[in-house]
Amino acid sequence: MDFPLELLINAIIAGVLLGGFYVAVTIGISIAFGMLDIVNIAHPAFIILGSYLAYILNAQFGIDPVLVGLLMLPVFYVLGAAVYQVYYLSFEKRGQEALRGLAFFFGILFITEVALVLVFGVDYRYVEAAYIGPAVHFRFIDLPYRLLIPCVLALAMFTALQLYLGRTFVGRAIMAVAQDQGALSLMAANPIRIKRIAFGISIATAAMAGAFLIIIQPVEPSVGREYIGRVFAICVLGGLGSLPGTVIGAMLLGIVESITATFYGPSWAPAVSFGFLLLTLAFRPAGILGR
Amino acid sequence: MRSRIFILIALAVAAAFFGASQLVANNYLFFAGYTVLQFIVLATAWNILGGYCGYVNFGSAAFFALGAYSTVFFHKTFPMPIPVLIVLGGLVSGIVGFGMGYLTLRLRGSFFAIATLALAVVLQTLIVNWDYVGGSRGAYIIRPNTINLAGYEIPYIEYLFFLMLALAMFAIITARTIERSRLGFGFATIRDDELAAEASGVPTLRLKLIATTLSGALMGMAGAPFPYYIGFLQPQSAFALDYAVNSIAMPMIGGTGSWIGPLIGAILLGTIQQVATVTISSAVNVLIVGVLLVAFVIIAPNGLVGLVQDMMRRERR
Amino acid sequence: MTGPLLHIDQVSKRFGGFVALDGINLDVAPGERLGLIGPNGSGKSTLVNCICGTLQNESGSVTFDGRKMDGLAAHQRTILGLARSFQLPRPFHSMSIADNLRIPLLYAVKARKGKHLSAEELNIHCVEYLRLVGLDHKAGRRPRDLTQVEMRKLELARAMAAEPKLLIADESMAGLSHSEIEDILKLLMELNARGITIILIEHIMSAVMSFSQRLVVLVSGRKIADGNPAEVMRNPEVEKAYLG
Repeated sequence: MDFPLELLINAIIAGVLLGGFYVAVTIGISIAFGMLDIVNIAHPAFIILGSYLAYILNAQFGIDPVLVGLLMLPVFYVLGAAVYQVYYLSFEKRGQEALRGLAFFFGILFITEVALVLVFGVDYRYVEAAYIGPAVHFRFIDLPYRLLIPCVLALAMFTALQLYLGRTFVGRAIMAVAQDQGALSLMAANPIRIKRIAFGISIATAAMAGAFLIIIQPVEPSVGREYIGRVFAICVLGGLGSLPGTVIGAMLLGIVESITATFYGPSWAPAVSFGFLLLTLAFRPAGILGR
Repeated sequence: MRSRIFILIALAVAAAFFGASQLVANNYLFFAGYTVLQFIVLATAWNILGGYCGYVNFGSAAFFALGAYSTVFFHKTFPMPIPVLIVLGGLVSGIVGFGMGYLTLRLRGSFFAIATLALAVVLQTLIVNWDYVGGSRGAYIIRPNTINLAGYEIPYIEYLFFLMLALAMFAIITARTIERSRLGFGFATIRDDELAAEASGVPTLRLKLIATTLSGALMGMAGAPFPYYIGFLQPQSAFALDYAVNSIAMPMIGGTGSWIGPLIGAILLGTIQQVATVTISSAVNVLIVGVLLVAFVIIAPNGLVGLVQDMMRRERR
Repeated sequence: MTGPLLHIDQVSKRFGGFVALDGINLDVAPGERLGLIGPNGSGKSTLVNCICGTLQNESGSVTFDGRKMDGLAAHQRTILGLARSFQLPRPFHSMSIADNLRIPLLYAVKARKGKHLSAEELNIHCVEYLRLVGLDHKAGRRPRDLTQVEMRKLELARAMAAEPKLLIADESMAGLSHSEIEDILKLLMELNARGITIILIEHIMSAVMSFSQRLVVLVSGRKIADGNPAEVMRNPEVEKAYLG
């Protein structure tokens, strides 16, 4: 059998690089859903928002998208904290997050997408940067910079977050609130404030993820929808509340998607992640590293 | 009000409505009215699982589209009258609803909600890649101009309107019957506290499966006549996010506690959207729905029905 | 029937690395009044959850009324005659107090008897249980209108409404006044006189001592004592667990 080994290897490598990017996309949900139990299905909307901001600043002022992402980190943090405050006062406090909280985020997802369509239309938008286009060649292996750089930066962001959660007081308080909110309040830390900080961080990661996204591919408003499934699939696959699990899940999904797209065509790609999600939920909801 | 009396009143209202539509004889009203009636069915169906049991379904479009595509499939294979297609659409969607429920209902409500999102996308991808029903290019269904019923030649759109009216009534009567029954009580306990429900002897998994199957089946029934209504069915239109948003927004804005809420929500929002589409644009009208959903969910969580109930309670004191 | 009503055989339960229950063996005879005590975190609630099916034990087995309970869902166990009240009350918020009691009657009792109770029969039963716990004057109210103490009583009434053979009362008396405790004890004794086996989980020692025919002590997931209440309290290990 004439098995295209080179094609397979490139597909796997592309999958790994994609997986790195998926880590950036998912880490926000790992915090919000995995640790805080907030089903923020609007997370992809914030990512797309980040992408469009990168597009605007890049097109108008020529600012590098990664730089835009960094600049937007505090902005998105504040946005996330504000959203959590509304969420807490309207739903968590009243114990209504199951139905109404979900509807709330769904509404935000929807409003964001439609608003972007109204402002920007449905044309694909992209950014220009020196590293989009060229690639590193290593015998038959292609490493496009536009995949490589987001992957590396995403993993750096992940490492930074892991250190923050493990070493700082606030970070450990966030891990604690994930386990036992009551115990945390006994430690004289305000759980609501901690959750607000955590959610703010969660949305801040979306700023970076959005920048990465538009580097990797052109963006239009409905692109966010594909990512809902990916994000939750990775989260559940890796195990809720486990950040290292997120990396494993992201890599796994990236590789499978890449192989599927290479050998069966890209129109099947969305089904891969959502199919993964359904299968995981059906047969092993605790995920690979779940608690 | 006894159920029999309610059914008679509902039939009378529907007949009056239909009779009035004959007098006006404006084709556009039939088209618009069909859409609103369709939303009544979708909203009521969603509410059985969402409002009564507390399990959010984001994939209403999937069940709706299943009904539509089963019609396309049968139309190509073995043409049948629409009422039969409605039943078949309901069966197909009901079975899928049951299957999905069986896989995911043992988990928490939030996992179920996410799974419904996944289902919608998986189904859309499958349909897009299935050429027999048109795939991404779409499928044409030629709608005849008139249909011969009991000797009368009736414009086809009126026939569709009448069918959807009957379906809407069926959905409402079903919802109301459930509400007042032992089943409805069981649903409410699942919504209030599933653990306590189990401890009180309520077979929660079985009830949730019933709700999912029924809800999915009704949505499929609403989708079955759609290809005839629209003439050309594409996955984008069948699986449109609009259906998901509307079937959630209408019950939540109207009020999720009873059958009245989805009805009010559907009529109100459906009409607003028809007006907005014609006067402003179709994108803006969908934005309005999203904004209203978020606003109501924050400010008036019990919907319009809840607001009215609060007002009445205050007046009583 | 001969043999114990409830037979717990080497039941263990872990949460990740934490061992909540370690090889619990316990028999409860029909008609018995059993007291279950232990410091906080000793595993009492976990044991209740495993008996009733809210949690599934990893090893060991629970046998009730001669039937193995392994794998049975909580609602099935309730139908078979096991009922419990929750330590933190979990009422059905969207319905009235009376309707809260209608649920176990509509589901557990109906499934057991195999036939529908008429509306009047349901009403009679609801009012009777409400009167037993002293809540009949609030029958039409919602749970949010109840005080904490009243919610505990509702919790107990709902467990009673399932017409169980074995009732597990999980810390129903916390926060009650002396006379209210007396009322609950009298109620439980009356239920017991009707033939209902009762497991009382409590911290209020006077209530436990006066109520129990037999006392079981749980510490750190292990049973350290099981027998006559007075003797158990004299057991040095028990003294150590409580007095440090």
